[in-house]
Amino acid sequence: MLELSIRHTLDDLDLDVAFNSDARTLALFGDSGAGKTSVLNAIAGLLVPREGRIVLDGRVLLDTAAGIDVAASDRRIGYVFQDGRLFPHLDVRGNLLYGARSQRNGDVADFDTVLALLELAPLASRKPGTLSGGERQRVAIGRALLASPRALLLDEPMTGLHLEARRQVLDYLQRLKRELGVFTLLVTHHAEEVAALADEVVLLDEGRMTGQRTRAAFIAGRESGSVALA
Amino acid sequence: MADWLSAQDWQALILSLRVAVLSVVFSLPIALALAWLLSRRRFPGSTLVEALLFLPLILPPVVTGYALLALLGRNAPLGHFLAEFGIVFAFRWTGAVIAAAVMGFPLLVLSIRVAFDSVDTRLEAAAETLGARAWRRFVTITLPLSLRGVAAGCVLAFARAFGEFGATISFVSNIPGETRTLPIAIYELLNVPGGMPGVHRLSLVALLVALAAAASATLIAGGSLWRRRRDA
Repeated sequence: MLELSIRHTLDDLDLDVAFNSDARTLALFGDSGAGKTSVLNAIAGLLVPREGRIVLDGRVLLDTAAGIDVAASDRRIGYVFQDGRLFPHLDVRGNLLYGARSQRNGDVADFDTVLALLELAPLASRKPGTLSGGERQRVAIGRALLASPRALLLDEPMTGLHLEARRQVLDYLQRLKRELGVFTLLVTHHAEEVAALADEVVLLDEGRMTGQRTRAAFIAGRESGSVALA
Repeated sequence: MADWLSAQDWQALILSLRVAVLSVVFSLPIALALAWLLSRRRFPGSTLVEALLFLPLILPPVVTGYALLALLGRNAPLGHFLAEFGIVFAFRWTGAVIAAAVMGFPLLVLSIRVAFDSVDTRLEAAAETLGARAWRRFVTITLPLSLRGVAAGCVLAFARAFGEFGATISFVSNIPGETRTLPIAIYELLNVPGGMPGVHRLSLVALLVALAAAASATLIAGGSLWRRRRDA
């Protein structure tokens, strides 16, 4: 499903990550500065690594050796950023439909389904500035889904949310996983998010991959104390 | 006011307004493109382009007007070439539009560039992941989020063009009904006996236009600020 191998030098980090995974929901787990977001940016096409190859569902998105680099706008990757990045001049409906207008051959979910799944109907005419943190993240998730993505990238989607909002967003993500089944890559440094959502976990530390485990092995490792947790 | 202004006064006022508006209308697309390039792309010679952009602000306007005459005058190679197709700028009101556009262009580009710089490029990246290519990102994200700066640049360029004198008189001279703009008419009235009442009239008109431009700039800024506070 996802084949990834990238090498890149950032300001304060040498990134060298390679893994293959067939999981429907994969987590990238590691501390801040481990290079998790850079991996997501490379998959989304927002960062071009010095060397690398990224294949998603058999489609080559990047192959530096072969000179292939699919533009970010053509990759059909739904990216939910840590800070939401909702467009401040558009209302919730405008934000949700932004990607849907770009990709008309939608097959993941239609507008009404996403609105219902994420309970966004009451927010449709509001501007992002008037939303709570949890509401903003739900809109960001809905916006990414409506762009008919081949994969959904979630970059610490619950960071900065209070406990109740975190629980709420987690519930929504579990519902999405059950009902839509789109391939999801979750970046987190919270073990409970991995346990709640991921089928498989890739462990990152200072730009290097330090392990790849099933959820069961990850939870077992957590209980035995062999995996560093937040 | 119709009786208060003479036919020549009206002629000068309408010509000045037409020249100023058209100079902004025609230079705006080029200014948007150049400002976007300077704000979003590093390219060879970008520093030189920025330096050249400042030239009309630094050079004496008369020199800019002379440069236009040397480039677009009937005896200049480019002017001669264009004249073959019936396109003549020297000593025509269209030349006044060119002179005003050149003089206002740096203010327009700089204002728009600052506005583009202030737009969070991470929002453009988010739009890109949602399938928006460069043109759509520009039209739906960059431009709406920098409208206040673009509008302010337009008002500044309009004001600069409306008050343009040196480059205009050098390039297109002072031809009543064709190139005699409001500032040139005031200058001429200052040099003729008994011209002072006319100077006062036209100066008052210039003041009213300047006040209207300043008020519209304030309204534009006010509207955007209100939206920004509400969305914060």
